[in-house]
Amino acid sequence: MTFDKQHYKELLLEQKAKGMAILASLDAKTPWRRLEKFGILGMNKRNGDYIAKYNSRRHYPLVDDKLKTKKLAEDAGLAVPKLYGTVQTEHEIPDLVEQLELIGDFVIKPAHGSGGEGILVIMKKTSQGFRKSSGQIIGEQGLVHHISNILSGMYSLGGLPDTALIEQRVQFDPVFADISYQGVPDIRTIVLKGVPVMAMLRLPTHESDGKANLHQGAIGVGIDLKTGKTLRGVMHEHTVIHHPDTGHLISDLAIPNWERILQLTAHCYDLVGLGYIGVDIVLDRQHGPLMLEMNARPGLSIQIANQCGLLTRLEQIEAIQNLPKSIPERLALAKILSE
Amino acid sequence: MRDLHVKLLAIGLLIFATSLIFYKATMLDLPLFPSEEVEVWSVEARVAFKPKEGPVKVRFSLPSSPEGFVIADENYVSGKYGLAVEPSANNRVAEWAIRRARGQQVLYYQLQLARDDTDLSTPKLDIASKHAQRVYFPSVPGYSEATATIVNALLDEVRQKSADIKTFTRELLLRFNAEQPDENVQVLLSNIKTEKARVELLRVVLAGARIPSRMALVLSLHDGIKHGKLVPWLQVHDGKQWLSFDPTGSIAELPNNAFIWQVGASPLLDVTGGKNAMVDFSISRHTQEPIFLAERRARKLDSHAMEFSLYSLPIQTQNMYRILLMVPLGAFLIVILRNVIGIKTFGTFMPILIALAFRETELLWGIALFSLVVALGLGIRFYLEYLQLLLVPRLAAVLIIVIILMTMITLFSHKLGFTHGLSIALFPMVILAMTIERMSLIWEEKGPSEALQQGLGSLLVASLGFLVMSNAVLNHMVFVFPEFLLIILAMILILGRYTGYRVTELWRFREVLKK
Repeated sequence: MTFDKQHYKELLLEQKAKGMAILASLDAKTPWRRLEKFGILGMNKRNGDYIAKYNSRRHYPLVDDKLKTKKLAEDAGLAVPKLYGTVQTEHEIPDLVEQLELIGDFVIKPAHGSGGEGILVIMKKTSQGFRKSSGQIIGEQGLVHHISNILSGMYSLGGLPDTALIEQRVQFDPVFADISYQGVPDIRTIVLKGVPVMAMLRLPTHESDGKANLHQGAIGVGIDLKTGKTLRGVMHEHTVIHHPDTGHLISDLAIPNWERILQLTAHCYDLVGLGYIGVDIVLDRQHGPLMLEMNARPGLSIQIANQCGLLTRLEQIEAIQNLPKSIPERLALAKILSE
Repeated sequence: MRDLHVKLLAIGLLIFATSLIFYKATMLDLPLFPSEEVEVWSVEARVAFKPKEGPVKVRFSLPSSPEGFVIADENYVSGKYGLAVEPSANNRVAEWAIRRARGQQVLYYQLQLARDDTDLSTPKLDIASKHAQRVYFPSVPGYSEATATIVNALLDEVRQKSADIKTFTRELLLRFNAEQPDENVQVLLSNIKTEKARVELLRVVLAGARIPSRMALVLSLHDGIKHGKLVPWLQVHDGKQWLSFDPTGSIAELPNNAFIWQVGASPLLDVTGGKNAMVDFSISRHTQEPIFLAERRARKLDSHAMEFSLYSLPIQTQNMYRILLMVPLGAFLIVILRNVIGIKTFGTFMPILIALAFRETELLWGIALFSLVVALGLGIRFYLEYLQLLLVPRLAAVLIIVIILMTMITLFSHKLGFTHGLSIALFPMVILAMTIERMSLIWEEKGPSEALQQGLGSLLVASLGFLVMSNAVLNHMVFVFPEFLLIILAMILILGRYTGYRVTELWRFREVLKK
């Protein structure tokens, strides 16, 4: 069977028209109705109708444990930041620190962390200690304490003992040099049943302390799925055109390797078998797009960044009975979505 | 499909629970809402006698269904005596028996009477009493010649001034009780010494007019009476019912605070094999929650629904369940506040535990103490962070510090004379320690504003939870009708499939709404 793009396009557009007709028939008097009219996905609907429906609990460990995700991705040939090593017990720490002094440029993260908690980015080993991405210096003792906190489960769900991962620090693509501050910008894509439905670029700011977390004041920038060009940015729910720290324009920027990025996100679905995931991807200046992590409970802020509700697109995909199997075909669907 | 399943399940639960509540509220008359306390009279009859040689048998008349009251409880203190209670025509009779007894003997009968205006119990017993009480019209007694003249003159006079049996009796009593009775009455009363004899005389006179009458022994209820006695009253039958008359007055109605202990001529107390038998009554008044009474009354009806009543548990267990059964209401509140409103809290049910602790401290003090302990603990936690301790020892250290803080606050407030500070000990300290740990983590990871937001959210939810869980009406409903929990379960199930927006999302997506 050959891939009939036109057929799928018709199906998608038909569902979109159907959805739009329903939405248009709604009166927008109450705020609830207005959110519905914009196709905004709420927390309860996400939990009840998407996560509970498409994400089977037995697959969760594949994305909740970053070590497993990484192994899985490496085996499948997906590009991920290189793993330098793992720490499971306290007494491994002193040896490790010696090795880390030699590497001098790495990231420490908890295997079960969530929301970017517990991630320590070290740029360089200096005479005073390790220099963090923020420019602060952390001593050897501080590093040991951080790792032991990770091991004792401070950042893991339920406080269970955890593993610390030491991995290659991503040196982000110079295309983002002007529009990020300190941290590493990443690209979050929501993938439903293997079809990317919405994406955003997250830019760290001074306020977010170099973290790509929208809650803490990072900028979320919507991305046109078809072209890979950035749309407007949103910081703390307010529209921004220029980066507050660097002053550079953040919209209408073409993200390099966009096709490759989309491929990676779609591939992740085949890897873990979770129907509704968020995939985080970074652009390394040497290695190109690298898959950082996946999230089985991706947040809803992406809708604010794109100034567009997820629900219409999700329902478009759900309307199609037999989704195409191959990645290029699924990407073709994704591109129709944003039309 | 799944939605339908949930809805059917919820509707099934709702129907089952509401019908059970309806049955208990209407058929068993359990009050839906807590009401004010009702007065309960405790009556204790003390029977004392000296036994002779040989077996002893004590027959003592007991009231069966006093009008206007319900017997909430009764007890027999019988010692080594065997006891049987047998119903007779109008009364019940307690029969105590023993083969041999020595020394002064005392037996007790204790009765708890509650005023019952609903009159639920009477219809049932009426049918029984109709069979039991066939009223005989007495034949005219054989008076002596002199007496016959007097009685006939008196009856003629009274008949002239009356219309029916009620007014007839009243007129007769007026003549007997006049300050200056006329000569006829004076002659009749000349040999009368006791109240009982007086009533017997009245009966004899009434028999001359063929009016059925009987003697009733009445107990007046006054708080604090130690050696009360039964007072003989006169009852006449007007063809429909027995009317009671105070032989020293003329009013045909029992006062509110009196009830008939015994009717008929049979002796109140009959001791065979004993002497110097006497009985006296002590009476005291107290108040009780009406639910106790309704509950006992319902149990007397022998309903299966009452076999699972929580009131059958020991009091201490009951009190525990009073608290425990309120937790689902708190959980329901959490579901609404988190999934419908969207308030952020530390942990899912932690606010409920805090709210339970507030029960001991009262709300404002609870909030103050909670904030104080968490704030102080947070300060110390930041210092511990500087020491770079491992996680579990650090948590243990925070726990110990929380307990020390609580002890200090209690000692301090005791010195200052506040009693509220003493109740802090019931605060769940492990929960406090975890709260401090989580709050400090969020403080560092997500900033102070997020930490304070969640802290205030938890406190708000805990306060609301306290208000719900300490609500007297809800407490009563859940405890008397535990099936109320099924209604809550049904509502939670329905909310479990609520996929609409949360109220806070209207704020979160306000930028989209502006378009």
